[in-house]
Amino acid sequence: MCGICGYLNFGSERPDEQTISAMIYSLGHRGPDERGIHCDGPVGLGHARLSIIDLSCGHQPMRNADGSLWITFNGEIFNYIELRKDLEKRGHRFATQSDTEVILHCYEEAGEKCVELFNGQWAFAIWDSNRKRLFLSRDRLGVRPLYYTWKDNCFIFGSEIKAILSYPGVRREIDVIGLDQLFTLWCTLPPRTVFRGIEELPPAGCLAVEKSGTHAWSHWQLDYDSECEVLEDEHLAEKLWSLLIDATKIRLRSDVPVGAYLSGGLDSTIVTSIIRRCTDTPLKTFSISFEAAEFDERRYQQEAVRYLDTDHHEIRITGKDIAEVFPQVVKHTETPIVRSAPAPLYLLSRLVRQHDYKVVLSGEGSDELFGGYDIYKEAKIRRFWARRPESRTRPLLLKRLYPYLQNLQSQPVEYLKAFFRIDAAALQDLLFSHLPRWELTSRIKAFLSQDIRSEIGAYSALEEVRGSLPAGFAKWDPFGQAQYLETRYLLPGYILSSQGDRVAMAHSVEGRFPFLDHRVVEMTTRISPNQKMKVLDEKYILKRAAGEAIPQSARTRAKQPYRAPDVDAFFSQGKAREEYVAELTEPGRIQRDRIFNPGAVAKLCEKARKGSAASVKDNMALTAVLSTELWLAEFIDRGGQWSHGGETNRAVI
Amino acid sequence: MPSYEPEVREFIVNNFLFGEGGSELSSYDSLLEKGLIDSTGILELVEFVQKKYGIRIEDHEIVPANLDSIDKLVRFIQQKKGEAVG
Repeated sequence: MCGICGYLNFGSERPDEQTISAMIYSLGHRGPDERGIHCDGPVGLGHARLSIIDLSCGHQPMRNADGSLWITFNGEIFNYIELRKDLEKRGHRFATQSDTEVILHCYEEAGEKCVELFNGQWAFAIWDSNRKRLFLSRDRLGVRPLYYTWKDNCFIFGSEIKAILSYPGVRREIDVIGLDQLFTLWCTLPPRTVFRGIEELPPAGCLAVEKSGTHAWSHWQLDYDSECEVLEDEHLAEKLWSLLIDATKIRLRSDVPVGAYLSGGLDSTIVTSIIRRCTDTPLKTFSISFEAAEFDERRYQQEAVRYLDTDHHEIRITGKDIAEVFPQVVKHTETPIVRSAPAPLYLLSRLVRQHDYKVVLSGEGSDELFGGYDIYKEAKIRRFWARRPESRTRPLLLKRLYPYLQNLQSQPVEYLKAFFRIDAAALQDLLFSHLPRWELTSRIKAFLSQDIRSEIGAYSALEEVRGSLPAGFAKWDPFGQAQYLETRYLLPGYILSSQGDRVAMAHSVEGRFPFLDHRVVEMTTRISPNQKMKVLDEKYILKRAAGEAIPQSARTRAKQPYRAPDVDAFFSQGKAREEYVAELTEPGRIQRDRIFNPGAVAKLCEKARKGSAASVKDNMALTAVLSTELWLAEFIDRGGQWSHGGETNRAVI
Repeated sequence: MPSYEPEVREFIVNNFLFGEGGSELSSYDSLLEKGLIDSTGILELVEFVQKKYGIRIEDHEIVPANLDSIDKLVRFIQQKKGEAVG
């Protein structure tokens, strides 16, 4: 796991090492072990390395045997051993043991189609000097990040936006449409970001850049179009389990020890259990517990630790901890966020690093693929209720769904109907499953200033999502539609990014996700919705597959989504907990920055100080305001450069 | 007969509109349709009415017909206090 960057200049200027060097330095947290630069003709490539496979020889940027190809690569190709065997049979000779070299040989063999052979998580750029063509690619689900922009005749790319902003003269401007998307969907819609003119390569994206122009395409599609495979539960569970074992096994390939995140939920317990069975070495597990009982899952973590006998370490999070690190978190997410939940994960990766671990496996992706999130259950109940809207008993299912939301428990049916969009128009909407969440999130926009609202104008993020759905989407099963929306947008845009890569790599920790093995993903798209969610029993087939491999409580406990305190983290006992919270929400400051309405923010803070800002909207709005103001200060106002304080072991130039 | 309208309006504007756009909110606008009220909001509203006017609101009375606009709220408070509804 590493940081990559570089640029391709079609003008008269040649790339210089100093510029690449500044870009690499901004990514130092991603790769503290080594830095490398390669400049060749119009192209300059940079690499910050976190050594995981072939520690002594896997230096980057790496060239092929005749020097016609150069690569800078972030990520892992987990099936590199199998690919290498095939390549050797075809006469390829290898100089290192690394997966990076396997990519180069695959490219020699299959060209840009080589990515279809990979099982992994990657973002890379290959300079093909014969074709004078730069080829960039990103993994299927969007685990590893990649951004780019143009400045005059120069194409600039990097693992993080910091690297791009480290290139002299790149403009730092806010993209208000990106902001509107973020305050609707929790993420932007690639290629758009919250930075005007800086684009994100979408998950499964490929981009080729040549003097004659650029060409973009997708190397893989998520689709729920295929016929479901009809298999008995038992047979399906067996097939699924053996695939999960293989997906986990190949993710243990590493020359450094591998640990696991253990949340106490079904998915991470499954991953931990499989690792336990695959290896004899002591297994270190890491988890977050919360001081506030409503967020805490310690009891289940402890049960899993006892059952699986791991060497366990936990970090106990308070509201104060979240407030303290929040500015650092936003520096890494590089985007405003509407929830504080990335902050505890930032602290968790720090704990992992303190134990000298660089790689952790986790259960990410399972909720999306097996229908674990409440949003799937909610959509199922809403459809069921909408078929008989006058029913008094059907809406009671919604209350059962959110036992931990006290406010919802006391809601009368008439109001539930309105909040959960039980109306004919919603039922016809392709975004039916996600309307309540996205409409609720959109209320943050009431805090935007008049200027920003005018700039956004009539734009609608929901219209853009509707317009970008794949052909045939309308005919998919509603369960598949909901899964697509979750897996295509929120997963890469927020879960794997702000809650994933960014906060893990902040402390040079690489996450690996067996559930996001594309073979698992493709298999789940063909499992019937009723086997994913049996009546209202979520992840039914997965629980069945796990059986006795996990403690019974992990299979039978009520699903608890991962959440963290928001308003309560920033305000306590009638005042802001940290000085920056008061400074950033001060009316003069809000007025100066022009994003939000000073009066509305003042009222929101007053409510927070009184301890009555308890609604989901209030919590999201406050987190959005604070993170946006921090983001502005860090990225838009700031003229300086980022650099990593830590020492690098070696520089390869 | 006291007019509850200014107080009710002030509460709604401050708590749900955060002080902004109050002049655009008519007494007949639906709080639900305007997106001003969420599941916590309705409880805040009920608590405000109960405390401020010393009345008890039963569960079956928490319906949009009673609470979903400033006008409806004012009429509901008047009714609960046994005053003639104008």
